[in-house]
Amino acid sequence: MKRQILALVAAGSVVFAACGDDSTESGDTAATETTAGGTETTAAGTGGDAAACAEGKTLEAGSLTIATGDPAFPPYVIDDAPESGQGFEAALALAVAKELGFEGDAVKWVRTSFDTAVAGSDSNFDFNLQQFTINDERKQVVSFSDPYYTANQAVLGYVDGPGAEIATVADLKGLKLGAAAGTTSLQFITDVIQPDAEPFAFNSNADAATALDNKQIDAIISDLPTAIFWANAGAEFGGIDNTKVFGQFALGDEGGDQWGLLFTLDNPLVECANIALANLTASGAIDDITTQWMTDYTEAPTLPES
Amino acid sequence: MTTKLSIRDVQKSFGRKHERKVVLDHVSLDVGEHQVVCLIGASGSGKSTLLRCINLLEPIDDGEILLDGVDISEPGLDADPIRRRIGMVFQSYNLFPHMSVLHNITLGPTKVLRRNRAEAEAAAMELLGRFSLADKAAAFPDQLSGGQQQRVAIVRALAMKPELMLLDEVTAALDPVLVGEVLNVIRDMRTEGMTMVLATHEMGFAREISDLVCFLKDGVILESAPPEQLFTAPQRPETREFLERVIASGRL
Amino acid sequence: MTELDEGAGTVSAPSRVPGALTRREEWLRRRRRRSTTVALVSTVLTFGVLFVVVTNSSGWPKVKEIFFNAERFKEDFPELLGYLWVDVKLFLQCAPLIVVWGMVIALCRNTRNPVLFPLRVFAAVYTDFFRGVPVILTIYLVGFGIPKLGLLEGEFHFLWFGGSWTSPYLWGPIALVLAYSAYVAEVFRAGIESVHESQRAGARSLGLSQRQTLRHVVLPQAVRRVIPPLMNDFLSLQKDVALLSILGIIEVFRRASSIKDLTGNFTPIVAAAVIFLALTIPETRLVDWYTARQRKRTGGSVIA
Repeated sequence: MKRQILALVAAGSVVFAACGDDSTESGDTAATETTAGGTETTAAGTGGDAAACAEGKTLEAGSLTIATGDPAFPPYVIDDAPESGQGFEAALALAVAKELGFEGDAVKWVRTSFDTAVAGSDSNFDFNLQQFTINDERKQVVSFSDPYYTANQAVLGYVDGPGAEIATVADLKGLKLGAAAGTTSLQFITDVIQPDAEPFAFNSNADAATALDNKQIDAIISDLPTAIFWANAGAEFGGIDNTKVFGQFALGDEGGDQWGLLFTLDNPLVECANIALANLTASGAIDDITTQWMTDYTEAPTLPES
Repeated sequence: MTTKLSIRDVQKSFGRKHERKVVLDHVSLDVGEHQVVCLIGASGSGKSTLLRCINLLEPIDDGEILLDGVDISEPGLDADPIRRRIGMVFQSYNLFPHMSVLHNITLGPTKVLRRNRAEAEAAAMELLGRFSLADKAAAFPDQLSGGQQQRVAIVRALAMKPELMLLDEVTAALDPVLVGEVLNVIRDMRTEGMTMVLATHEMGFAREISDLVCFLKDGVILESAPPEQLFTAPQRPETREFLERVIASGRL
Repeated sequence: MTELDEGAGTVSAPSRVPGALTRREEWLRRRRRRSTTVALVSTVLTFGVLFVVVTNSSGWPKVKEIFFNAERFKEDFPELLGYLWVDVKLFLQCAPLIVVWGMVIALCRNTRNPVLFPLRVFAAVYTDFFRGVPVILTIYLVGFGIPKLGLLEGEFHFLWFGGSWTSPYLWGPIALVLAYSAYVAEVFRAGIESVHESQRAGARSLGLSQRQTLRHVVLPQAVRRVIPPLMNDFLSLQKDVALLSILGIIEVFRRASSIKDLTGNFTPIVAAAVIFLALTIPETRLVDWYTARQRKRTGGSVIA
């Protein structure tokens, strides 16, 4: 009997001693910042050497891993093949990669879902781009580059459906609205539109599109370019027949949602990416890419509040 | 005396082709109205099977069973109306555990005989009273002793006003102390003239109560005689041997 | 005090003070007291050590921030509680239908009437399919797939329910009913088969028909016996209702997930877990109590 108690106390002390002091071990690779031979240019937009900056900071030495959605849709990625550089985000990503010193086979692509990335759960990439809106809440768990595009929210519905007579934001209150979960679109519904009926929140934009296609909802709220794509593309390409964009919403101090490249929290690569973006902006490359891929996806009337 | 039940040359086997076991082999028996016939024999001799065949719980392979001269064993005949006329009591009582004693007894009369509930309950209470179980009407089977449960089972069968009662070793599972009360019930039924066929191990009781005793072995009725004759002067060696074993074990 | 008379070969026990414990009772009491003390010490020690180790580990502040954030919890818990009603309502809509449809499938599976043989085949195929396919797939197929056929239009009204024919609030519950009935049917079947043959013998010998026997003798017993596994299935259902969120329905899990997406904090998910536990733990204890009671009553013939 006494022996048993002694054994218990002994075991307890051993456990205590063994686990007590592991604060000296740091698990994160990104914690220590002094790496051999890396210039720390912190000023953004001053035309620095992005490639030199990026040296040694990527997930895998010698290659850059970029993530996007699964699947990735036009106009951001054409034919779900981002390696081709076809599509707004595909082209932009490759341009940034080139600035950072990675081209061709040195660029690898992976896929993640939207909401796990934005919640900071994924880390199998150097950066991720899927029309991520920069906001303060997300900045607590991930880091963003400077913005590369500004988009408005828009509403998409049937030409001859319940949303056809929409003229103001207030008119939307009576409709069955849907959006992808975890997006600023969904927030927009709950915060700004405040519909009478409970909105629908789907696992992905694709599911939301299915629901609209099935007429299970009356309208989708999403980014304007995505909405335009759905309205114009044929059903075989992921569009929804018989729909149109009723309008975009005027909002925000920045004039809409600002999209940035998404990085793991406090990733040192962010500064390098910002240098790259600054260079591309200065050279006009971003404007060219935007014009090439997004021109058709920016036109829609603005819906007044009421 | 009119013949109530007539069993003619009945055959029954169990199992498939290569493992066929013959359980009843050319069994014939006549039971007259108001008669009490006891079936005795070792376990597996076919007593229970015979009773279940009379009741049409088991189909017979060959032969005939006639009730009041009418063939009830015709293959494909609807057995339900016939079973109404024959009451059966089992060794394991088979009371319905989810129903009260009263409900157990009135289930048959209300659902099968279509009596109204009040009538059926009154009749049930009367029967229960006769066998000193009236105070157990609202109890559930698991609250009763074995002897009480078996008596309820008999009452349940009697509530259907059967013309013939089959009792399959109804005291075999009972505490010796409780056996007596069940035997008393059976005595009462005999006094009231119920036609009965019993399978039993209670030799003393069989001797006392039956008009005819049949000894079965391996599915064959080897000997069939009034009790005084069979128990004191058995003709067949097998009967003698069986009775000797019974006496040796102190059960006679 | 009687003496031990060894010489004569008789032994008498020392007389006892009335009310005093027997020797064995004394020993048991001492031992019990010792085990309680040891158990107490052991528990306090173990959990104490664990607590100290965990809260002092390097990762704890981060874990606390992300999973057990007090402000987030205070803010989110009431809101999530409100969304629980969506789950509860969906559950209450599915549960009775599952019991009924499950019983129908079980009876179809057991039927011996040759005319009804196709029903038997149907029931067998049905249970194989819906038990084999993950529930989430069934929900997807039924909830999105059926409206996709384009055969449904307009609104329906039934008692106090109403809505569009394509609504996820209609097809989501239907998907769950289809899936869960398969499991429940098997449970009912096991229950029916567990009712001893002698019960049927007793009923038939009273003259009850096959149908009457089933209805009055077999099914009541079968159902009583399978209540514990049924309760477990319904516990499962309460949690699987959250799967309907893939059809867009915003219920506790989805709402918690949305808050998580917007804030990067997992505390709302923990809050949702707490809410579910607050429901399921008492229910589990209820099932355990009921099972134990049944076991005592029927002497062990309970399927659990």
